Amino acid sequence: MSEFNVIGRRVPKQDGVARVTGRAVYTDDIKLPQMLHGRILRSPVPHARIVSIDTSKAKQLAGVKAVITAADMPRSGFGYGKDNSPLKWEKVRCVGDEVAAVAAIDDNTAEEALSLIQIEYEQLPAVYDPEEAQREGAPLVHERSKNNVSFSWTFNKGDVEGAIAEADVVVEDRFRTQYINACPLEPHICLASFDQAGNLAVWVPIHFAFMFRKDVAEVMGMPWSKVRVIQPAIGGSFGSKIDTEPFHFICIALAQKTGRPVKIAFTREEEFLAARPRQPMILDIRMAAKKDGTLLARDVHIISDNGAYNAWGSHALFAAMMSVTSLYRVPNVRFVGDVVYTNKPYGGSVRGFGNPQATFAIESQMDILAQKLGIDPLELRLKNANQPGDVTVQDVKITSCGLAESIEKVAQRIGWSEHHGKGGNRGVGVASLIHVGGGARIYKSDGCGAIVKIDDGGDITVIIGSSELGQGSETVQAMMAAEELGARLEDIRVINSDTAIKPWDVGSHASRSTFISGMAIKRAAEQAKKQLFEAAAQKLEARPEDLESLDSKIFVKGSPDRFLTFGQAARADLLRTGGDVIVAKYFYDPPNVELDRGFFGNVSATYAFGSHAAEVKVDPETGAVDVVRIAAAHDVGRALNPMGLEAQIEGGVAMGFGYAMTEELQVKNGVIQNVSLLDYRVPTVQDVPAIDPIIIETIDPIGPFGAKGMGECSTVPTAPAIANAIYDATGVRIKDLPITPEKVLRALEEAKETSKDGSEGGLIDE
Amino acid sequence: MKRTISLTVNGDLHELAVEPRRTLLEVLRDDLGLTGTKRGCSTGDCGACTVLLDGSAVNSCLVLAVDAHGREVLTIEGLAEGSQLHPIQDAFLEHGGLQCGYCTPGMILSAKALLDENPHPTAEEVKVAIAGNLCRCTGYTKIVESILAAAEKISGAGVS
Ligand code: FES
Ligand code: FES
Repeated sequence: MSEFNVIGRRVPKQDGVARVTGRAVYTDDIKLPQMLHGRILRSPVPHARIVSIDTSKAKQLAGVKAVITAADMPRSGFGYGKDNSPLKWEKVRCVGDEVAAVAAIDDNTAEEALSLIQIEYEQLPAVYDPEEAQREGAPLVHERSKNNVSFSWTFNKGDVEGAIAEADVVVEDRFRTQYINACPLEPHICLASFDQAGNLAVWVPIHFAFMFRKDVAEVMGMPWSKVRVIQPAIGGSFGSKIDTEPFHFICIALAQKTGRPVKIAFTREEEFLAARPRQPMILDIRMAAKKDGTLLARDVHIISDNGAYNAWGSHALFAAMMSVTSLYRVPNVRFVGDVVYTNKPYGGSVRGFGNPQATFAIESQMDILAQKLGIDPLELRLKNANQPGDVTVQDVKITSCGLAESIEKVAQRIGWSEHHGKGGNRGVGVASLIHVGGGARIYKSDGCGAIVKIDDGGDITVIIGSSELGQGSETVQAMMAAEELGARLEDIRVINSDTAIKPWDVGSHASRSTFISGMAIKRAAEQAKKQLFEAAAQKLEARPEDLESLDSKIFVKGSPDRFLTFGQAARADLLRTGGDVIVAKYFYDPPNVELDRGFFGNVSATYAFGSHAAEVKVDPETGAVDVVRIAAAHDVGRALNPMGLEAQIEGGVAMGFGYAMTEELQVKNGVIQNVSLLDYRVPTVQDVPAIDPIIIETIDPIGPFGAKGMGECSTVPTAPAIANAIYDATGVRIKDLPITPEKVLRALEEAKETSKDGSEGGLIDE
Repeated sequence: MKRTISLTVNGDLHELAVEPRRTLLEVLRDDLGLTGTKRGCSTGDCGACTVLLDGSAVNSCLVLAVDAHGREVLTIEGLAEGSQLHPIQDAFLEHGGLQCGYCTPGMILSAKALLDENPHPTAEEVKVAIAGNLCRCTGYTKIVESILAAAEKISGAGVS
C-alpha cells in the first residue's frame, strides 16, 4: 500500500477531454466581434539603414484599418539591456526585424497591404561569425558594443592553471552547437483588445504572464493595472513562449490605434524567422584529471552567438555555467562566457536554456578523457559523481542526488557490459546532467502564489500563478491538492490562466512549476483543510485534531460512521449568522538565492540529475547513424504522476534526438534557408528511436511530497550520449551538432587517412 | 467570385458560398466554427489539420473547399457520440497520448482512418499511418501505445 491516496497514480490529464474532443480553446480559436488581423513587415536584409518608409499606398487599400511604423508607437527599448524595440526605425539588425505593421479586416487584405509598403534600405556590411564579430573593424551590430560583445561573464574558483600543470592528463577540445527552433505545433500568436476605458486584455500563449504584463505596461507606457493577460490553452512552447516579443507590442499598438481587437498569428514560415531559436555556441573546454580519474580542473570558454539582440537567450549562459561548475566534483573551475552580437536571428530560451550546449561539450569530453586515461567512461563518471551533501565550487548545495544511480540504471538497461567497446560499427554511449530542480532565482522573487477554496458544493478550486503549457502541471497540481486535502481528484479544478484572477508567479521556466507551485498549493491546502476541520468539528462534536479526511469526507478518527462531506462542512461554516467561506492562500518563495557578483550562490532549492544511454548502429558506407534506442533515467525526487513523467521524458528525449541528429536552422549570410517543417526536419514518429524512460526517486527533503522539477532535463544529455555511442561504434568523435551522415562519413574517411599515415587514429578534430 | 458548395460535416449538411482559393481548413474553422481542427503550418507538413474526407485522412490545409463539394467530412468534433468518447479518444486519455493537445485532433483522425481500414495494425503500421502527423511534446511513444490500445478496445467491443 502506498502512503498516498492520489500521489503516485497514473492520472490522465485533467484538461485531456477538452483536448481530445477539439473543445480546448487555443488563442487562434478565439474570434472577437470586430476583430482585425494584423501582419508584420519584416526586414529581408540582415543589416541595413532604413532610409525611408512609404505606407501611403497600403493605407489606401480597402479593408486596411491601420498601418504603423515606429513613428506610430512607443520606441521604448525592451529586453535585457533594452537593446530591442518593437518596430525598428534607424536600422535593422537581422532578417525578420519588424519594420511596419498592418491591421485589416482579414488576413489576405493585411498581406496585400504589406506588399504595398515601400521601404528603402541602405545595406550595411554585416557580420555573421561570432569570432569575426570580435575582431577590429568588424561591422557593429549595436554601436554601443564596441567589439560586438554584449556582455561577458567570468567565474573562477580555485587554481585552474596550477591544477592543469600538475595533472596527469589534460584534454582540450572545441565543440560547436547549432541553431534550433523550438517548433511548438502551435505557432506564436497574440490577440489584443482595449475596452472603452482603456483597459487592455491580451489573449496570448505565454508562460511568463506577470512578466509579460510588466513588459507591456513599461513599453506601451500604461499603468500595470490596465493590463490583463489571459492565457488560452497553449499548444506547446518548450521555452519559446516565455519572452515578450516585438510582435506582442505591435499587436497591442494596432489594437490601440484601431480601437478594435487585433490578432497576429504567425505563419509557420514566420515561426522559423521570428520565434526565438536556441542559440549556437562555440565551447572551448579543457579538463584535467589524475591518473586514477579524479577530476582536477575544468576550464571553459563559451562564445554564445546570440544574434542581433540579447533577449532572454543571452542568459542561457546561466544554465551553461552551472553545468560547467557543478556537473561532477571538480575542485578548480574557470568559466568565461561571452555573448556576442551578430546579424543573425537572436536566441531565446529553448528547453534546457544553455544546458544542452554545455552538457554536449562536457559529456563528450568526459568520454575523451576516459579514453585517454584508459578508464571505462561509466567508471570515470561514477568516480566523480556528485553525492548528497556536496557543495560545489559555485556554492550549489546538493541535497537529494540520484546521479550515480541514474548512470548505473541506464548502463544496465542499455546492456553496457555486452555492448560497450565491441566496435564493429555498433556501440553504446552514456551522458549525464545536472539542472535546477527547485526553482531558479533569476529575479528578486522566485515565488508563486496559490489560493485554495472549498465551496458549498464541496467543490475545490485551486487558483495558481503558474501556467499549463501542455506539460501536465494542472494535473499534478490537482493531485497534490487532493492528496493534501484528502479530497477526490475529480472534485478539484485548477484555474491558472488569467492575471486578473490568479496570484503572482514569476513564470513557468527552469523546470520549476511542480516544485514551486506544488509547495504553494500544499501549504494553502493545509490551511484550507484546517478551516474546514474547524467547521466540521463543531458539527461532529469532536475536536479538529481528532478528524481526518478521505475521498472528500471528514471523519472522526476511529468512527467511520461519523462523517461530513466537504460540502456539508463548508455549508456548516457558511450558512449561519457570522458565517465564513473556506479560502486559504499561500505564497511560496523557495530557500534559494540570486547569484552574487562572482556568480556564486545556491540558486535553486534542489537539483535534478539524470543520465541517458544510447545504442547506435553506424553504416560506414554512408555515415548514416541509426539510433536504436535510448534509455533515459531521471532523478525526479518523487514520481507524482508517473504517466506524466514518462511522457515528459519521452518528449524530451525526442527533442534531444532531433538536436543531436536532424535539426538545424541553416543560416546563410543571415538568412534562414529552411523555413518549413519539412525542410527543417522535426523528428517524425518514424525517426524517433525506442525510448526507455526510467524514474529514479530520491525523495527530496524540501520539494512537495519529495518531488523536484525535471521538465527540461530529459532533453539535455541525449546528444552527447549519442555522440559517445558513435565514438564507441566507430572510433570517430563528432564535435559539432547536428551529427549528419556527411560529418560522420568525413570523419570516418579522415580516420582512415590518418591510420594509413601511421599516426594514431581515434579522435578527429574538426 | 464565390462559389456555392454543399458539404456534409459531421453528419450535418451545409450550403456555403466560398471563394475558390479558400481551403477546407479555413472554411471549417472560420465559417463553421469547427476550431478543433488545428492550423500548424498551412503547407501540408504537420498534420494538425487532418480531417477525414469520405473516410480518408487528408490535410485540410491542402484541400480547396470547392473540391470538397458534395463530400463528407469528419472532424474531431464529430467523433464522440454526445458525451460518449470514441474509443480512440478514450485510449489517448488513458495512455497519455497527449500533452499540449495541438496535434491530438489530427493524430486521432489519422488513427481513425487507419483503424477503419486495418482494425489490427502492428506498431509499424501505426507509425506509417501517423508519419505525417508531427508531435513535438510526446516523443510519440504514448501515441502509438494509445492507438494500439484503441484497436484492441474497438475489436473487443465491436465499435467502429
Ligand atoms: S496545417 Fe495542414 S499540415 Fe500543417
Ligand atoms: S501533444 Fe503537443 S504537439 Fe503533440
